[in-house]
Amino acid sequence: MSQHLLIAPIVVPLLAAALQLLAGERRQRLVATLSMASCLALVGVATALLLAAAGQGGDTVTTAVYRLGDWPARFGIVLVGDRLSALMLLLSSVVALAALPAALGRWQQRGNYFQPLFQFLLMGLNGAFLTGDLFNLFVFFEVLLAASYGLALHGSGARRVSAGMHYIVVNLTASMLFLLGVSLVFGVTGTLNMAALAELIPTVPEKTRALLHAGAAILGIAFLIKTAMWPLGFWLPRTYAASAPAVAAMFAVMTKVGIYVLLRLGLLLFGDGAGPASSHFGADWLLWGGIATIVAGVVGMLGARDLGKLAGYNVVISSGTLLGAVGLQQPAVTAGALAYLVISTLGIAALFLVAGLLAPEGEEEADDALALEPYEPVGSEVRSDDLYADEDESRTVIPAPVAMLGVSFTACALLLAGLPPLSGFLAKFAMLAPMLEAPTRPGTHALFALVIIAGFCTVIALCRAGIQIFWAETDRRFPQVRVTEIGAIALLLGLCLLLTVVVQAPLDYLDAAARQLHDPGNYVHGVLPPAEMRP
Amino acid sequence: MELVLAIAIGVLVASGTWLLLRPRTFQVIIGLTLVSYAVNLFIFSIGGLRTGADPVLRKAADGIAQYADPLPQALVLTAIVIGFATTALFLVVLLTSRGLNGNDHVDGGDGTP
Repeated sequence: MSQHLLIAPIVVPLLAAALQLLAGERRQRLVATLSMASCLALVGVATALLLAAAGQGGDTVTTAVYRLGDWPARFGIVLVGDRLSALMLLLSSVVALAALPAALGRWQQRGNYFQPLFQFLLMGLNGAFLTGDLFNLFVFFEVLLAASYGLALHGSGARRVSAGMHYIVVNLTASMLFLLGVSLVFGVTGTLNMAALAELIPTVPEKTRALLHAGAAILGIAFLIKTAMWPLGFWLPRTYAASAPAVAAMFAVMTKVGIYVLLRLGLLLFGDGAGPASSHFGADWLLWGGIATIVAGVVGMLGARDLGKLAGYNVVISSGTLLGAVGLQQPAVTAGALAYLVISTLGIAALFLVAGLLAPEGEEEADDALALEPYEPVGSEVRSDDLYADEDESRTVIPAPVAMLGVSFTACALLLAGLPPLSGFLAKFAMLAPMLEAPTRPGTHALFALVIIAGFCTVIALCRAGIQIFWAETDRRFPQVRVTEIGAIALLLGLCLLLTVVVQAPLDYLDAAARQLHDPGNYVHGVLPPAEMRP
Repeated sequence: MELVLAIAIGVLVASGTWLLLRPRTFQVIIGLTLVSYAVNLFIFSIGGLRTGADPVLRKAADGIAQYADPLPQALVLTAIVIGFATTALFLVVLLTSRGLNGNDHVDGGDGTP
């Protein structure tokens, strides 16, 4: 039974989506119950997988392998669950659970088939985290992209359709590049199984090695488009800002799929064991690309004029930081980067949900994003009169929902900027500290400095946004907020708070995950047992 | 035959890329279609070009030289299906955008800044 648990993250949302399609759009209560049940089940399964992965010892084979149809790995296709996969599964299911109330609230009525698409998106995400060969990675990418096209357009309206169209064209082109890369790799090595590839790459003849590298680089570009590396990421802020908040929160996880694949393939195929010609192939590109991405994200964030775009550029900064850290390929930095990945994803998802609650409840065509008014320090005599007026003004009472939103916004800002006392600081520290100790690559110090500068600029941008939203315009009317929607944000932020207090066990787990990633032998032996162990 | 196929793929990719960069949505979708044809041909060709070879080995004695690799054919089939579905979806978005904006520019405007 426990061995079949590994396929549950794919089967559960697939079944839920199919049942929801059968139930139809009218029976909303049934559909909502199915979604909730599926998300809760996914959290449970992911927790079980995580605990199973954490419980195993350091030396034994810690990679759970599920052979579909029980064909051995070289012939059949496999699902592979190791510590990193389990972590990503838990992350995606928790964010889905938190995004669900917002989706059930006011967004479900704006279009058809929101919930089935949401489940298909989850299925694609989970499949991409679990699959053990390149072509199934493509298939699951297409599943999650097809669902995301529908979700990005959910609610319709000119702004959304226009942004969604750019998103679709960019990602269809990226899928073509993905296929080209996959077929080049297959042409050179004759296999698409990741473990078999890791075994084969050191022995590829010099004549065809350039072709293999070209294939891997084309694949890499497809993933870098997903992660929005500069200059491939101009589509991201606009699309994310135009999407429904629940969808944008899920998209924050979707960006991390690219990071996951780069981390997995970069270390498995082009790690230390890949021979002198291929080891660390492309790592410098990731490092410098990450640095450029952080700069682009910071510039965009400081110039952002609405809260959705602001959050979108935070996604870009988070991607850039992770790309740079992944490019360094040092176990200690990787462990810190995983912590940062978790915290920044939770924080950005919460920020998108907060932005969604703050947005005015307009009609279909009105722009849903909350625009930030330009700051006017001069020519404001009226204001200064107000400021120094006699203190006979009536006392303002802050209603509870606004207070909750304000607290949540502040917590998001602290998490994303990486300021103490919340866990954003711990994660950034865990990532940055080993950069200075370990043998450095040129560019490490630039990355170190830029991550800190980006944190500072995040403080500036989010402070300014917070002042304009909560303080400057006292007559702003906040929309009605449901308890469940606030509860979802509280869930995400509470998790981050919990990770501030409970630090040692998660960091140990991430350390073990990073060590496992940097030791491809573990993965390869798990998928392709050595000859004497084969039945 | 290799040369003909290589030239065909090159021409398809070149014209597809040019069309992808055009400002009208219809040109973009035709460009996407051409590029996906090129990619499908490319996948098909990576197993090696052989005429009249069986996709599955009949007798082991014939050796591996006389058979065509079936895996690229399976891959290309999947790629065709997925590409077709996503292109159809894009067509719907294109028509929606045309209906909402009243023109077929990719940015939704009439092309003037």
